Amino acid sequence: MLHALTVLLLFQLAGEALSQLFGLPIPGPVLGMGLLFLALFYPPWVPEALRQTTHDFLQHLSLLFVPAGVGVLQHFHRVAQEWLPITLALILSAVLTVAVTALTIRALVRITHANAHGDESS
Amino acid sequence: MTRLADIWVYLATSPLLGLTVTLVAYVVGDWIYRRANMHPLLNPVLIAVVALVLLLKATGTPYPTYFEGAQFVHFLLGPATVALAVPLFFNLGKLKRLWLPLLGGLVAGSLTAAVSAVGIAWLFGGSQQTLISLAPKSVTAPVAMGIAEKLGGLPSLTAIFVISTGILGAVLGPMVLNGLRVRDQATRGFALGVTSHGIGTARAFQESEQAGAFSGLAMGLNALVTALLLPLLAHLIPFG
Repeated sequence: MLHALTVLLLFQLAGEALSQLFGLPIPGPVLGMGLLFLALFYPPWVPEALRQTTHDFLQHLSLLFVPAGVGVLQHFHRVAQEWLPITLALILSAVLTVAVTALTIRALVRITHANAHGDESS
Repeated sequence: MTRLADIWVYLATSPLLGLTVTLVAYVVGDWIYRRANMHPLLNPVLIAVVALVLLLKATGTPYPTYFEGAQFVHFLLGPATVALAVPLFFNLGKLKRLWLPLLGGLVAGSLTAAVSAVGIAWLFGGSQQTLISLAPKSVTAPVAMGIAEKLGGLPSLTAIFVISTGILGAVLGPMVLNGLRVRDQATRGFALGVTSHGIGTARAFQESEQAGAFSGLAMGLNALVTALLLPLLAHLIPFG
């Protein structure tokens, strides 16, 4: 677990450094994810410790968003004042985005037959 | 009585309290969620956030004081994002087969998220600053805040929209996907990731490791695409 966490932090650090160095619009952790993904090809196997740690870590991913969520306290006033446009925009946009993304993928899968042997069941 | 007050004054300013109440609120939220057979409305993040907001309000604790302790949890978002590479690597075969449809879904979803949110808020009289701050709300928080700042929005307001969208997508997304009879795990995960970034990814991991892997991929790609498209779009259609 200690080794795996060290690996994750090293890749995050590399991502942050790259992002800053080239002034990229992508944050360090997302770049770090890309770098680790590429690194996993050489050699093409994943150390068991890394697999186990990331699995356990990602099981409780939701927890990590709680502190930022509580930040709603800081904008109570504006959110209360404009609650109608904000609430409608957030709810409808979330529903539309999920639907449009999924339907576009499904339509393109059918067109390209990319998933001919796959498990698209409807 | 004064001793009790002294202890409170001491604890309220130490990071231990903020960290502990965050974990307790989440553990309780997660317990309720599981007891209710994972009913989407009883999302553990939602329960924990509501409970903590009420607690901070009731005790008059300012957010920065709370965050002193909660930051240790917040910090782990970085390495957790890096960790998403591992499940993605295990789904390489499916990724190779699906890359073109996923790319199409990504661009369509990214545009839908920004245009529909801004359009609907504009229609119902949202202020200009609210409109701009809404535009990047489906993107992972650090990128969304950066985009909002560039466009002239309020980064901290955007952060709230990002978290709310995350929770809403995690709650409503699976219902929408069930209604549309989308059963493919990669497609479900990807749609949740485009809509609800990391919170959608956390939800997708509860469905399957594959859904989670593709959701994490969608989150990363959507950050990239929105960061590139939104300034361009704002240039073509000026807000307000």
